[in-house]
Amino acid sequence: MTMLCRLLLLLVLSVAALPARAQTEDAFAGLASDDFDGIGQAVTALALSGDKQAAPTIRALQAEALFAGAEGALLIKAESGYLDARTGAPVADVDEDSLNLVKVNNKVRRAVEAGLGSLDLFATTPEVRRKAAGAVFTSRDPAILPALARALAQEKDAGVATVMREAQAASLLESTDATEADKLAAVATLRLRGDLEAQSLLASLHDQPAAVTAAAATAISAIARLQQLWSIVQSVIYGLSLGSVLLLAAAGLAITFGVMGVINMAHGEMVMLGAYTTFVVQEVIRAYAPGWFGASLFIAVPLAFLVSGAVGILIERGLIRFLYGRPLETLLATWGLSLVLQQAVRSVFGANNRDVGTPAWMSGATQWGGVTVTYNRLTIVVFAFLVLAALMATLRYTALGLRMRAVTQNRRMAAAMGIRTPWIDALTFGLGSGIAGMAGVALSQIDNVSPNLGQGYIIDSFMVVVFGGVGNLWGTLVSAMTLGIVNKFLEPVAGAVLGKIVVLVLLILFIQRKPRGMFPLKGRAVEA
Amino acid sequence: MSRAALWLCLVAVLAGAVVLAGLNLAVPEGASLHVSTYVVSLAGKYLCFAILALALDLVWGFAGILSLGHAAFFALGGYAMGMYLMREIGPRGVYGNAILPDFMVFLNWKELPWYWHGFDNPGFALLMAIAVPGVLALVFGWLAFRSRVSGVYLSIITQALTYALLLAFFRNDMGFGGNNGLTDFKDIVGFDLHADATRDGLLLLTAVMLALMLVVARFVVTSRFGKVLIAVRDSESRTRFLGYRPERYKLFVFVLSAVMCGIGGALYVPQIGIINPSEFSPANSIEAVIWVAVGGRGTLVGAILGAVLVNFGKTIFTGALPELWLFALGALFILVTLLLPNGVLGLFGKRGRKP
Repeated sequence: MTMLCRLLLLLVLSVAALPARAQTEDAFAGLASDDFDGIGQAVTALALSGDKQAAPTIRALQAEALFAGAEGALLIKAESGYLDARTGAPVADVDEDSLNLVKVNNKVRRAVEAGLGSLDLFATTPEVRRKAAGAVFTSRDPAILPALARALAQEKDAGVATVMREAQAASLLESTDATEADKLAAVATLRLRGDLEAQSLLASLHDQPAAVTAAAATAISAIARLQQLWSIVQSVIYGLSLGSVLLLAAAGLAITFGVMGVINMAHGEMVMLGAYTTFVVQEVIRAYAPGWFGASLFIAVPLAFLVSGAVGILIERGLIRFLYGRPLETLLATWGLSLVLQQAVRSVFGANNRDVGTPAWMSGATQWGGVTVTYNRLTIVVFAFLVLAALMATLRYTALGLRMRAVTQNRRMAAAMGIRTPWIDALTFGLGSGIAGMAGVALSQIDNVSPNLGQGYIIDSFMVVVFGGVGNLWGTLVSAMTLGIVNKFLEPVAGAVLGKIVVLVLLILFIQRKPRGMFPLKGRAVEA
Repeated sequence: MSRAALWLCLVAVLAGAVVLAGLNLAVPEGASLHVSTYVVSLAGKYLCFAILALALDLVWGFAGILSLGHAAFFALGGYAMGMYLMREIGPRGVYGNAILPDFMVFLNWKELPWYWHGFDNPGFALLMAIAVPGVLALVFGWLAFRSRVSGVYLSIITQALTYALLLAFFRNDMGFGGNNGLTDFKDIVGFDLHADATRDGLLLLTAVMLALMLVVARFVVTSRFGKVLIAVRDSESRTRFLGYRPERYKLFVFVLSAVMCGIGGALYVPQIGIINPSEFSPANSIEAVIWVAVGGRGTLVGAILGAVLVNFGKTIFTGALPELWLFALGALFILVTLLLPNGVLGLFGKRGRKP
């Protein structure tokens, strides 16, 4: 029914616009007249005509470069000379004394602006047409309806056509002579649009037939419900984004703490080193190969893995291997190490935040229905999942992964099988640290790169690993996403800081109930 | 811990405080023996930290509970005292409001939040400085020990606890002065906080409290109760299988330790003149752990020694080479855990057991 109404409406409006040529001539003649009302109507008529000379003529009028000559001649003053407004052809030997400037007042100026707006509806680039239709939607001028109908009739781009239809509906509701059926169809169109603008437009309606008012009211509540739905979707997406950041920060820890059982309080500093690697890579690129800036992150990811991984291996060989079996001492020693690393980075790079740029392909945002997603967040979500997948594949399918699992499951048996367990320990720790370094590359895009970068993530990372169940990468994934989403759902209710506090308290309580996390590894030991 | 070390420590703390306070008051300024007020308040600060270290050693050294959030109890005690000192300012604040502290006037609050009532009474404030950390430790410890959260897991959730409190106290809406905390104190129970005599008095009071707590802690760990506690530390399951209830022992000592921290914090704030949320930062709690480790874990006296030594080093370093302090502190953590598992006290006298 709605579709039918709309089709009928279109048909009527296009038929009305058919005898175009005669109308165009009338419009040009009207411009040469003396009274402002006539000029205004002529501008509107010309704009609706779709004539190729309409745009230059109206622009000339706006720039006060349109002159009326003898016998209804219309001339546009250009830099090179005079042009005939009707044809655009140059005119030679003009007697300047016989010309009169076509005058404008405020009413004509409004007509000119509206006319130019409707002219853009016929522009060749879809983007300009879409923008013009959007402008009509905001201005809601019933006078533009005929032009809109013509533009709609010849519109090929489905997206632009939708915007035009919405603009048509918005303008139609403002017009006094539209039928009730048309208006009901218009309300239905706006309801389909379903955003806040449509909602406020519907809410601002007045002096409408009772049926239209009622339809508008139901449409408003329908839009409100839709918006609520979108805000939930938005929270979930933000939550996934936060969750993937947590996942990145915690993935390395899931190896060093989860699999090896080493409490590495310097884990955050491995992340920080990765972020600073990105900074150095970008500085080098800026200095020597500015054209490669877009690829800087692709270069930084493996480098950060190597840098942090190498530092990790050094830490394991130089410090942690003396402290196996003494978790509390490991905790203290690595905390001390984190202080040293922070201060070292502060001494080298300074205490201030360093500027890490975002490549062009990562900036900007896209609109999915009612939610906005920025490309850098999207990239991080994808990256986090790739890293986790790569990590799982390494553990599952490579020889190194096999040895790592063997050593963590039964160290003495593995040693008896000829696996060099100290080496495997060092490599496992290096792997976890390297992953933290890769996380640093991602975090450099959304957080301040400062010596304190890592400290902000260390408590969250441990929480994620413990909550998910130590030694279980799937648990880490589920726990990071759960924490991210819960956090984002609490934020609108409780505020960002209070939301985080609530999450922490809930986590503390959860750990009391299930000290081994959501997905504990099963075993028979009294003490793990 | 030998009896001699205990006595030596008690005498050193008390006599040291008396000497410093005496030299500050009795010797005129300019004389070579004069001790400046700065040194007196610095000594007071060290002794407050020593209380924190002592409390931490009680739980870590004797019950095996490595709390990475003990500074939270200390700060809570400090806030209770700070609230009293704020109320004591009365109409002498910048805005001259007799009831509301300055920051509340600034935030345009109309009346005192309910939890600020009663803090104009120093006795009540002191009670709260003990009760709030005590109750928090009771609830937290009951939940944690009952479900047998121990070792590293406990360390991490205590850290999360102090982190959550840090975030909470940063909020202006909490009514504790937000980022700036509580400061600009004028006097305490009628004594001017800027007067030398008050500062000397506070130093002496801190020394006496520290000595008292050392005696109490020593009594606890040498009693029958203390023996079970050490058994819990060394093998919790075995102690449980012998019929003891480890969680009760741990809970008692955890609450006792938190109360000690609260008192320490309450003594700390009037001497420092400010309390703000950064006292809750997890780094502070971990730093306290290193004091204990440096002095010698499970020795009580060592904790006091470590707190004074490390903080003295910190004062020297941050004054002379500020950028090197974190290197030094970090190296201290690493070297002590690797090379000095028994702390400085471990260098003297043979002790057979592993800490």
